Amino acid sequence: MRRNSTFHSGVHPDDAKELTAASPIRRLPFPDEVVLPLQQHTGAPATLIVRVGDRVERGDMIAAAEGFISSPVHASAAGRVAAIGPWPHPSGQYQTAVRIAVDRYAAQTPRRRLVPNWEGLSPKEIVAAVQQAGVVGLGGAAFPAHVKLSPPSDQVIDTLLVNGCECEPYLTSDHRVMVEYSERVYLGIRIMLDCLGIRRAIVGIEQNKPDAIATMTAAAPVDLDIEVCGLEAKYPQGAEKMLIKSLLDREVPSGGLPGKVGVVVQNVGSVATLAEVFETGLPLIERIVTVTGPGVREPGNWIVPVGTKLRDLLAGSGGLADDASEIIFGGPMMGVAVASLDTPVLKGTSGVLVLSKGEAPPREDYPCIRCGRCLDACPVFLNPQRLGNLATSERWPEMLENHLMDCMLCGCCSYVCPSNIPLSHLFTTAKTAIRRRPVA
Amino acid sequence: MTASTRIVSASPHIKQGDSTPTIMWSVVASLVPVVASAIYFFGPSAILVLAASTAGALAPESLLGGRGARSLRDGSAAITGILLGLTLPPGIPLWMAFLGGAFGIGFGKLVFGGLGQNVFNPALLGRAFLQAAFPVAITTWPIRAESWWNLRGDNFALPLMSPSVPEAMTGATPLGLMKFEQMTTPSWDLMLGTTGGSLGETSGLIILICGLYLAARRHLDWRIPASILGSVALFSTLLHGLDAARYPGPVFMLFSGGLMLGAVYMATDMVTSPVTHRGCWIFGAGIGFLVLVIRLWGGLSEGVMYAILLMNALVPFINRATQPRIFGTLGVGGES
Repeated sequence: MRRNSTFHSGVHPDDAKELTAASPIRRLPFPDEVVLPLQQHTGAPATLIVRVGDRVERGDMIAAAEGFISSPVHASAAGRVAAIGPWPHPSGQYQTAVRIAVDRYAAQTPRRRLVPNWEGLSPKEIVAAVQQAGVVGLGGAAFPAHVKLSPPSDQVIDTLLVNGCECEPYLTSDHRVMVEYSERVYLGIRIMLDCLGIRRAIVGIEQNKPDAIATMTAAAPVDLDIEVCGLEAKYPQGAEKMLIKSLLDREVPSGGLPGKVGVVVQNVGSVATLAEVFETGLPLIERIVTVTGPGVREPGNWIVPVGTKLRDLLAGSGGLADDASEIIFGGPMMGVAVASLDTPVLKGTSGVLVLSKGEAPPREDYPCIRCGRCLDACPVFLNPQRLGNLATSERWPEMLENHLMDCMLCGCCSYVCPSNIPLSHLFTTAKTAIRRRPVA
Repeated sequence: MTASTRIVSASPHIKQGDSTPTIMWSVVASLVPVVASAIYFFGPSAILVLAASTAGALAPESLLGGRGARSLRDGSAAITGILLGLTLPPGIPLWMAFLGGAFGIGFGKLVFGGLGQNVFNPALLGRAFLQAAFPVAITTWPIRAESWWNLRGDNFALPLMSPSVPEAMTGATPLGLMKFEQMTTPSWDLMLGTTGGSLGETSGLIILICGLYLAARRHLDWRIPASILGSVALFSTLLHGLDAARYPGPVFMLFSGGLMLGAVYMATDMVTSPVTHRGCWIFGAGIGFLVLVIRLWGGLSEGVMYAILLMNALVPFINRATQPRIFGTLGVGGES
């Protein structure tokens, strides 16, 4: 294991992982209904291929990938397509989703292998199989996994970075995967290295997970060039650019992707899932979700079908505490608060966090006092103070000049702001406005 | 749980503990030892002057601050009032102290748009106003009183009337002695504060300790006092080396006058100091340099106030010139 390396800036929120860090991953019973939105990934939404009334088996494709940067959606439980239409989506909008009434009496086991065995497949065939299996990044942005396995020909990749940081407070699903499924993670690494035609992989884990570091170090196969690195527990250590800086001391150029510096980064849960689909022959139809926070009675790490509704997930976790105040898909730093208990778990939902009134008390806003803490916190060295001023007067062109597009929306600036100015929210709004009506 | 108890807010959903009022009030709290030492040295006059300047600062803030009495809750006006009081001589008439506080907040802060918008440190602007308007009263220093209970001057002079100053009560500050009479003061007297001067100009050691506390709580940027004191020490050592008879050494320069108060409490005002680390170094070094220039070659015996106000004016330019290098744009020179 290497010395403690890290990136510059960032913040140190309480990681609050003790609620679920030691809870083994367990299965929840199948819900009565699963709801599968067609948009669960970065890229074009999948194209519907079922109709209302159709019978589907567990693992059947219900929507096909629309082009290369897209991913199909599969039925996560056997049953009947009950309805297709707008449904609450974790993004906060209503999006087209397929509702499947789960057949209580179906075996829920596949009749045949839906994903081929990986041994003997060419890189091209692996890429195709990974796309057909609907594998996307499980860390949040849900970028299709097969795209990362096929870098453009002008990029020379030398290292695979496996992201086991899980730097968002509260979340522990990746942590538990590393502790309980280290063999599977290494199978995934083997497949990815094979597909990319490289030999070197580094697993980066924050040092607040010593058991994961120990397990992953012990389980590392000797025939691969694997390094397990402990990293300072600091948010956002798991952001791609930060992880590459910490592990390899390379800076991804502004506006560029990791491939520009010869790196592919994949989140550890996604690597395990990649292996799992080849092991079981089933596409990505279930995932591990941490349900945690002071607003949940029985926090835990659960395996649930993709499409499980929030209310079923919470019921499986003992229900909401009396003082539950806010329900968040994802972690407390970048997660999205949802309003409807019908919101389904997506492929990219790594956790559900329920805060209580004491945890997130409302705070009063004050004018900016130019303390400079946001500049100290920003991991990409922006000036959030100036950007925030520009955002409130909607001066988009000047925001672009001040490098708005380098902002990762990690939330560090808002987190430290003593005047409670919603900086990262202002930047999200600005980015959306600029995308809608591009500035010359 | 009912639907009405739930909130949906933008991320991040957790916040670091410090808020603007906690920062401001912690600065006020850290001033307690400084105020206590002023009271110890100058008796009831210190209490009266500090109360008058603070009342002067709070009055316009609560009347015109925009949020009514709530404008006072962030604590920033209280800091201005107390800091202004600490720059004043103990014998100053109370109405002048009140007027200085009101001017500092009114013209130093509210006309710019209130908290966070002002260019100049409001307390120093208030003092600059008093210095221009009442040059005699603000440079009349008491000698040690016979009893702690004695007033150190004509505190109760009526507004717009000249205060009566018995000749026997006026003394001189160490800087004045140095500048106009070529007399030096023992170092330990300077550090402990047993010398003449303004309320907060006396014990440099106490102010330094309070500053360390604030720096540890990250309620002031240590780079600013470090660079001010560093540059004063550096330049005064060089000059002292050149001509020891003419230029006093670094210990005298560091612990005399309002340098400690200015370096720890005035220059570090977040609103009127740079936001970048490199900017803080430049800002502080500039203040230290200007302090020496004014003290040694200017017409005044003390230069901390004008040095800070001058550098305040440069802060927007310093900020612009020291923007950090954006991640992923190597080779443009970085901030660390």
